[in-house]
Amino acid sequence: MSIKVYVPRDSAAISVGANDVALAIEQEALRRNQKITLVRNGSRGLLWLEPMVEVETPNGRVAYGPIELSDIEGLFEAGFLMGGNHPLGQGLTEKIPYLMKQERLTFARVGITDPLSFDDYIAHEGYCGLKRAIELGSEGIVSEIAASGLRGRGGAAGRTGKKWQEVRAGQAVQKYVVCNADEGDSGTFSDRMIMEGDPFVLIEGMTIAGIGVGATQGYIYLRSEYPHAFDVLNSAIRIAYDKGYLGRNIMGSAHAFDLEVRRAAGAYICGEQTSLLESLEGKRGLVRYRPPQPAVSGFMGKPTLVNNVISLATVPVILSRGSEFYKDYGMGRSRGTLPIQLAGNIKQGGLVERAFGVTLRELIYDYGLGTESGRPVRAVQVGGPLGAYMPELQFDTPLDYEKFSEISAVLGHGGIVVFDDTVDLAQQARYAMEFCAIESCGKCTPCRIGSQRGVEVIDKIVANHNRPQQIHLLRDLCTTMIDGSLCAMGGMTPFPVLSALNHFPEDFGAQSDAKVANL
Amino acid sequence: MTAKHDWDREVVQKVVEEHQCKPGALLPVLHGVQDALGYIPEDAVTVIAGGLNLSRAEVHGVISFYHFFRTSPPARHMVQVCRAEACQSMKANDLVSHIKNRLGLDFHEIDESGTFGLEPVYCLGNCSCAPAIMIDRDEIYGRMTEEKFDSLVMRIKGDGNEH
Repeated sequence: MSIKVYVPRDSAAISVGANDVALAIEQEALRRNQKITLVRNGSRGLLWLEPMVEVETPNGRVAYGPIELSDIEGLFEAGFLMGGNHPLGQGLTEKIPYLMKQERLTFARVGITDPLSFDDYIAHEGYCGLKRAIELGSEGIVSEIAASGLRGRGGAAGRTGKKWQEVRAGQAVQKYVVCNADEGDSGTFSDRMIMEGDPFVLIEGMTIAGIGVGATQGYIYLRSEYPHAFDVLNSAIRIAYDKGYLGRNIMGSAHAFDLEVRRAAGAYICGEQTSLLESLEGKRGLVRYRPPQPAVSGFMGKPTLVNNVISLATVPVILSRGSEFYKDYGMGRSRGTLPIQLAGNIKQGGLVERAFGVTLRELIYDYGLGTESGRPVRAVQVGGPLGAYMPELQFDTPLDYEKFSEISAVLGHGGIVVFDDTVDLAQQARYAMEFCAIESCGKCTPCRIGSQRGVEVIDKIVANHNRPQQIHLLRDLCTTMIDGSLCAMGGMTPFPVLSALNHFPEDFGAQSDAKVANL
Repeated sequence: MTAKHDWDREVVQKVVEEHQCKPGALLPVLHGVQDALGYIPEDAVTVIAGGLNLSRAEVHGVISFYHFFRTSPPARHMVQVCRAEACQSMKANDLVSHIKNRLGLDFHEIDESGTFGLEPVYCLGNCSCAPAIMIDRDEIYGRMTEEKFDSLVMRIKGDGNEH
């Protein structure tokens, strides 16, 4: 009998040699006359163990990792095909604490199934959400999403149901569903993992959205830095068309939905929804004035639903299990689960999906085990390049949109980047301004010019050219950027800058007594 | 490199025809041209503008807005190094210095033989396996070290000699 061996096809796994490992396992099996079936699954998200090889045994899947080419002969010698003991053995995958303590709803299938096996998808609750959605009809779908309490997972955390209601109410011959897959925030990769590891869930979510709001055309606006996701999505879309799950008469119903992947072109600002729409229309990605909201006048001036990958990929589970089931997870006004990404200088980096309410400390230390370098954690940046740098003092903050706003921090897309005590926060603040200068679309002055001046002012602070005055100037500049920018790029770049200055004034050569006074 | 500005008008024409009926066709067209030619030649702008009923200025404006689009031929191997925060936390700035030294290039430069080009990139979505680099726009490498980078360079150069 042929034994199933899993080697992930996720970009992170490939980046550390998964393709070579997969090939070597096949060759070694052939040489030894062992029959194996190699499955290229998504990643389980235990990224420090990648490439993580799994073998199916009667007791369940057994994991080994991180595997290098030189380990493969030893694995066969140790009888890994029967789940044999090996120094890199991690035991039964399902029993690995990092995975056991998670609440995987959006990521339920990722790492378990073959991303491009339609049968796998169906066998693991795939298209149950769409089936129920078709029964419920447009109004029922939108009510269900509204009742679930789902909020935009891209970062802005607006109420998803409200957006859907607005687009549904729009009167137009053509409406659109646009998936924002321009995941440009450093420290985030959950969109990529879903698209590479379970593309059908996104397709299903977008199809449900289409029926819900009355749109028949969907676009996935995907960043150009994700070539593997591009290939997987396109293959999955072809399969979905062949099986009758895209195109006309979806699942035998009267509904139609077409879907196309559009490649972005390396502009961070296009993750902002109106800039994205400009780009999708074939223009420079300049941010639009609002109103009108995209729900009223979006792509080509038509009502358009723009949602993040994770929001849309969460729709199927909400429809299949019901809004009450989903709403049961979480705290306060943050309902459901959040796929959190542990990144940067961290021993056990990866994907952790948990209900809202888990604390930063638990994530950084219980899951992440502190820094990779072994040095103390000094700061974490949560929510991408526009998110605040947070000191140890704030690690007991629970992951909740409101709790984070209370301390001038943002949860954003759930990325947590860990820094050890060698980090220089003045340089990180400078980088935040530099990044804004590089990526600003240029439409409004506070962002375009302010970021450039910000770099210069921070340089003067560090060089102690009239430091107190320059610090005053930097704060003033940040206020102008926050109040005077059209979008989050200029409006939120001050978050990392001010948090660095407030929590780590010593890095700027400033007195720490200013610490609390200026919060 | 005398032939470097030769390009095939028919290739561009074909790409334009393939996409021109799509709403918002310009980005797909520009991607198509760059996929086929490695860059977007200045003269191709006229063909693209004509095919999509846009002005040359509009097409040029879009090309210059996006980091991804090139207006000159790329090196045979484009090295992109991530400069974003997660990679910085794993000493990406040191890696950047090493790579610049090793290749003898600054960002946005191509070496004289046209073998290597160097570009910054802001996040490859490989933030748990930092620092990350990408070569030739589709080969991603994580947990990059100076030693690993040097051996990659040797391997690429070795492959080149065989042909």
